[in-house]
Amino acid sequence: MTKYVDQGKNDTRSGYGAAMTELGRTNSDVVALCADLVGSLKIQPFIDENPDRFFQIGIAEANMMGIAAGLTIGGKIPFTGTFANFSTGRVYDQIRQSIAYSGKNVKICASHAGITLGEDGATHQILEDIGMMKMLPGMVVINPCDFNQTKAATLAIAEYEGPVYLRFGRPKVANFTPVDQKFEIGKALMLNEGTDVTIIATGHLVWESLIAAENLEKQGIAAEVINIHTIKPLDKDAVLKSVKKTGCVVTAEEHNYLGGLGESIARVLATEHPTPQEFIATQDTFGESGTPAQLMEKYGLNNKAIEKAVLKVMKRK
Amino acid sequence: MAAVQELQDLVTQVRRDILRMVHKVNSGHPGGSLGCTEFIVALYNEVMELKEGFDMDGKDEDLFFLSNGHISPVFYSVLARRGYFPVEELSTFRLINSRLQGHPTTHEGLPGVRIASGSLGQGMSVAIGAAQAKKLNKDSNLVYSLHGDGELQEGQNWEAIMYASGNKVDNLIATIDLNGQQIDGSTDDVLPMGDLRAKFEAFGWDVLDIKEGNNLEAILKGMKEAKSRTGKGKPVCVLLHTIMGNGVDFMMYTHAWHGKAPSDEQLENALEQNPVTLGDY
Repeated sequence: MTKYVDQGKNDTRSGYGAAMTELGRTNSDVVALCADLVGSLKIQPFIDENPDRFFQIGIAEANMMGIAAGLTIGGKIPFTGTFANFSTGRVYDQIRQSIAYSGKNVKICASHAGITLGEDGATHQILEDIGMMKMLPGMVVINPCDFNQTKAATLAIAEYEGPVYLRFGRPKVANFTPVDQKFEIGKALMLNEGTDVTIIATGHLVWESLIAAENLEKQGIAAEVINIHTIKPLDKDAVLKSVKKTGCVVTAEEHNYLGGLGESIARVLATEHPTPQEFIATQDTFGESGTPAQLMEKYGLNNKAIEKAVLKVMKRK
Repeated sequence: MAAVQELQDLVTQVRRDILRMVHKVNSGHPGGSLGCTEFIVALYNEVMELKEGFDMDGKDEDLFFLSNGHISPVFYSVLARRGYFPVEELSTFRLINSRLQGHPTTHEGLPGVRIASGSLGQGMSVAIGAAQAKKLNKDSNLVYSLHGDGELQEGQNWEAIMYASGNKVDNLIATIDLNGQQIDGSTDDVLPMGDLRAKFEAFGWDVLDIKEGNNLEAILKGMKEAKSRTGKGKPVCVLLHTIMGNGVDFMMYTHAWHGKAPSDEQLENALEQNPVTLGDY
């Protein structure tokens, strides 16, 4: 199987911060907004170098979304920054009317997504955001898997005209995708070719899927691993091509199974190529306090859970 | 400067447009529209500096954001009669496949509209963002916005009001349509607004009243004063005292016509009170 090396654990939010520093230097239209979480979003270097292009909104996320929409009128490219929970659930109607329906070129950049936010607990761990955002007509939804990919995605969305939801996380995780990779919105990445099962993963679950695939290889199972960093628009050709070969699929995401990546895949398969599918996702539940690793274990979001799901789905072929 | 009589003729014609638009589809919001007719006519034909034509970015011209999007009839009529789109298109208001949606939207590409509004309380934030973009672009033009008084019950406004003064957004003139009415009754009955001047001032805004908000000369004078107060470190709030349903005697001083269309007979009566000036669409 294709070997992936962890170049050193890092957090995806730092990938966002690094890209913002770069955008600050290369794209004078880019402006950053933040609702009192500069440190968490890692954007201090952008602020230091571009104080006029930074808007500290305070703890007022609804206002932030509206101001971002307004800033596009005049040609700016606003990147909003706060936790995923406060980037979506708290401000759904503001995003819906002032950004999505109004077709504004706002980049909603959301850190601390999912259960791996950890100790702060369920009030801060949103597991519904992908669903909310993908339901908005015209909204692009991206969930990169590591530092390098988050950086590349952040640079790419600045070049894309239209509203984008970019979701990333808090914990330091394996950084295994290439430095300076080209990020193509809506293009799935084949990480490992296999013939027995397709594992389609997004975000932090991509690395877990690669570990699972390695373990499965030892059992003689050749798992194909696809990194779907863009949940909407979905690269359905990549999905169909793979499942036509393997005949079964496991989807893996740090999100509720209702509304997430798994459902998007299931919709494609149900209409175009019905295929047995298992869902690695939270089971319609809130999270709780704990370390990221403990929570991933308890809520069935790690490589062991993926491995089990693979064995199960292969029996259903 | 357009003669006040010319503006008055336009006001009367816009009133006819509003009444005929909502009557035709038996829906829409005539009360607030009629109450703000003088203001929006004055804004688009005298107060604001506007370029010819329409582009979304609106650089080097004044911008207007309608936050209380339900008064779309007056907005559409004034835009059409200012030349943003054909006046005949007013006849498509709220019909299927129209650019004139029930509430304003950019989605159908109607020239003159820069943001969707309707879900209340969002327009001030948008106006602030546009005002900040103007500053970044070294564009000295102003941003105007209009909000219902009842709309201020939405909390996002107060986030925006706090932000605007804290960040010296002094190229913004936000006008509050102070008609004292909302869907369920008077604002005093539904949720008392208290002393809005004191509230805005406490939040660090420069506030002025236009006591006769349905009097063109008072509006022109008041908005001139408002303009003169921009660029001085504070956002400017205009408290525009209006009469809901102004210009149609049986629609005035009540919330009853907030979102209700007149019958055939009522339309006839209302139009008789507002004879044709520039010609119906």
